Amino acid sequence: MGRKLLLEHIDVPGIETFDVWRKHGGYLSVEKALKNMSPDDVVNEVKNSGLRGRGGAGFPTGMKWSFLAKPEGVPRYLLCNADESEPGTFKDRYLMEKLPHLLIEGMIVSSYALGANLSYIYIRGEYMWILEILEKAIAEAYAKGFLGKNILGSGFDLDLRVAPGGGAYICGEETALIESLEGKRGNPRMKPPFPAVKGLWGCPTVVNNVESLATVVPIINMGADEYVKIGTEKSAGTKLISACGNLVRPGVYEIEMGISVEEFIYGDEWCRGIANNKQIKALIPGGSSVPILPAHLITKLATGEDRLMSYESLSEGGFATGSMLGSGGFIVFDEDQSVVRNTWNFARFYAHESCGQCSPCREGTGWMQRVLHRIVNGQGNMRDIDLLADINKKIEGNTICPLGDAAAWPVAAAIRHFREEFEWYVNHPEEALKRNYGMLKNTPTTV
Amino acid sequence: MIKTVITQQDRPVLSPEKMAEIQGVIQQFPEGKSKSAILRILHIVEREAGGWLSPDTMDMVAEILSIEPIEVYEVATFYTMFNLNPVGKYVLEVCQTGPCMLVGSDQTIEYIEKTLDIKVGETTADGMFTLKTSECLGACGYGPLLKCGIHYHEHLTNDSIDTLLTACRNGEVEKY
Repeated sequence: MGRKLLLEHIDVPGIETFDVWRKHGGYLSVEKALKNMSPDDVVNEVKNSGLRGRGGAGFPTGMKWSFLAKPEGVPRYLLCNADESEPGTFKDRYLMEKLPHLLIEGMIVSSYALGANLSYIYIRGEYMWILEILEKAIAEAYAKGFLGKNILGSGFDLDLRVAPGGGAYICGEETALIESLEGKRGNPRMKPPFPAVKGLWGCPTVVNNVESLATVVPIINMGADEYVKIGTEKSAGTKLISACGNLVRPGVYEIEMGISVEEFIYGDEWCRGIANNKQIKALIPGGSSVPILPAHLITKLATGEDRLMSYESLSEGGFATGSMLGSGGFIVFDEDQSVVRNTWNFARFYAHESCGQCSPCREGTGWMQRVLHRIVNGQGNMRDIDLLADINKKIEGNTICPLGDAAAWPVAAAIRHFREEFEWYVNHPEEALKRNYGMLKNTPTTV
Repeated sequence: MIKTVITQQDRPVLSPEKMAEIQGVIQQFPEGKSKSAILRILHIVEREAGGWLSPDTMDMVAEILSIEPIEVYEVATFYTMFNLNPVGKYVLEVCQTGPCMLVGSDQTIEYIEKTLDIKVGETTADGMFTLKTSECLGACGYGPLLKCGIHYHEHLTNDSIDTLLTACRNGEVEKY
C-alpha cells in the first residue's frame, strides 16, 4: 500500500465531524503551529517541503507565500481555490466532501502563516451541497475554539467563510476568482500587479488550491525534513489523482509521487486496467489542458525508460513526447475512442468558457471549435488541419490569462500525435459520420 | 422554448426568513463590500423565483445590494448556472464534456430527449422538466451524470434515469 497523508482516514465513519476528525489526529497541526511556531517558521517549513501548487500550474507554494506584501495596517487575505472545473479533475470535491476538516485545518495554519484574519473558500456553484458540508464543519470549528477570536489562546484571530461561484471555468484562474469574489464577472486581471501585492479588494492576497492547503497539514505535522523523503527529489510528497475515462476502477487516489504510470493504470491497488478488456489508445494525464499522449508514450518515455507519476517524468520530452502532471485529472481513452471527436469536445468546452476579454481567445476558441466540428462531421478538408495549427499559434501566448494556452495545447498535441486520424476523417466523410454517435446535431450548451 | 413574458409577478416575494438569510450572506463580507454577496444571493433568489432570473428579479437584487441594475445583469449573464428564461419545475443538466462523453453522455442526452420528447434547451409541455447540457461538472469518474436541484445523479443508466424522472413527478426530488 502506498503511503497516505491526506486520505489516511477517509473511510472512518463520521470523519466529516469535528469529534471523529479530532480523535484521528485532527487539528494537531493547528496546535503545533500556533503554540510552537512563528508564522515565518510555518512559511519556511512549507518552502522546505518543496510543495508545488496542486491546482495545475505546479508553482512552489512556499515561494508564492513569500511574495506576499505586508504593508502596515492593510489586511491580507487567503483564498482557497475550490473552483475545480478542469475536465478530468474531481479530486478537490472528494477531499472537501469527505474530509472538510482537513481543508479547514490547512486553512487555519496557512492563514496564520500569512497573517490573514479573514479567509474565504471560493467553491464552484455546482458544488452547492459541499458548500453546506463545509459550512457545517466550519460552525463546529468555531464552536470548538479553532476559529474566531484568539484561537487556542494564541492571540491569532481567524474568520473563515465559504462563497459559491456561478458556473464559470475561468474563475479557477486566480485573478478571475478574485474578481468573482468581489461580485463581478470573472474576467482575469492584467498582471502585474500580482495578487500578492494587490488582490482581493486591492489588498495583498494569496490564492491556493484545496489540495495544496490540505497538504500543509501533514507537512506541519511531520516536518518538511520527513515530508521530502516521500516521493521523488523534484516531486515531494503525495498527490491526489482523479482517474476517469475507460478504466475498470475510476476514482480519486492518493499516490506517492514516483510510482510508475503502468502500475497506476493496471495495478490492483489503483485503476485495475482498461474497462471491457480493451487496449489503451491515449492518455491525458493532468486535466484537459495538458497534451495528450499516444499509447507508445504512456508507460514509457521516448528514451525507453519507465514513465513515472511525477512532475518531471510526465513532462519529460517536452511537448514533443511528454505532457504534464497538471491538476492530476487522469483521462484514459480506450481503443474505440475518437481522439478527433474528443479534441472537438474540449475545443467546445474552451469556446464556451472563454471569458471573451481577449480577442485571440474569444474568437480563436470559437474558430477551432467550428473547424473541428466540420472535420468530425465529415465536412473538413486537409487544409483545415493546418488551419487549426495556425489558429493555435495565434492564440498561444497572446492572452491575459492561460485559458488561451489551455485551449491551444490540446489541439496542437492531438494533431502532433494523431494527425493520421484527422486525415482519416477528412478522407472518409461518410464513415466518419457513422462512427460519431449523435454528431449530426449541434449541441447547444446553454438554455 | 417558453417565450419570456416579463410581468411584475416575475419578482418573487421573499419571506422574512429568506430576507434574514440574505442579510446573513451580506454580513460574510467586510463593511462596504456587500457586492461580493451577489452570486450567493442570485442563487437564493433564483430558487425563490421558480428557477430563473427575470430582469425584475435582478432589479430586486440590485435594490437589496444598493448597486445599479446593470451590475447585476452583467454578473447574471456571465455565469452559466443562472437561467435567464423560465424553466420547468425540474432542470436536468447533463454533463457533456470529454470524460463524460467517453463513458456515454451522448447516449444519456439522447435517451432523455426521447423519453421526455424534448430537445436540449426545451421544456416539456407540462412544465415539469427542462433539459440542459452542461460543461464539466467535476465528477468525471462517476459519469454519465446530471445535476438536478443541488444534487448530482451519477453513473446514469436508462433505468436510473427512469427512476429519477418518476421520483421528480412524484415530488420526491428537491427542486432547482
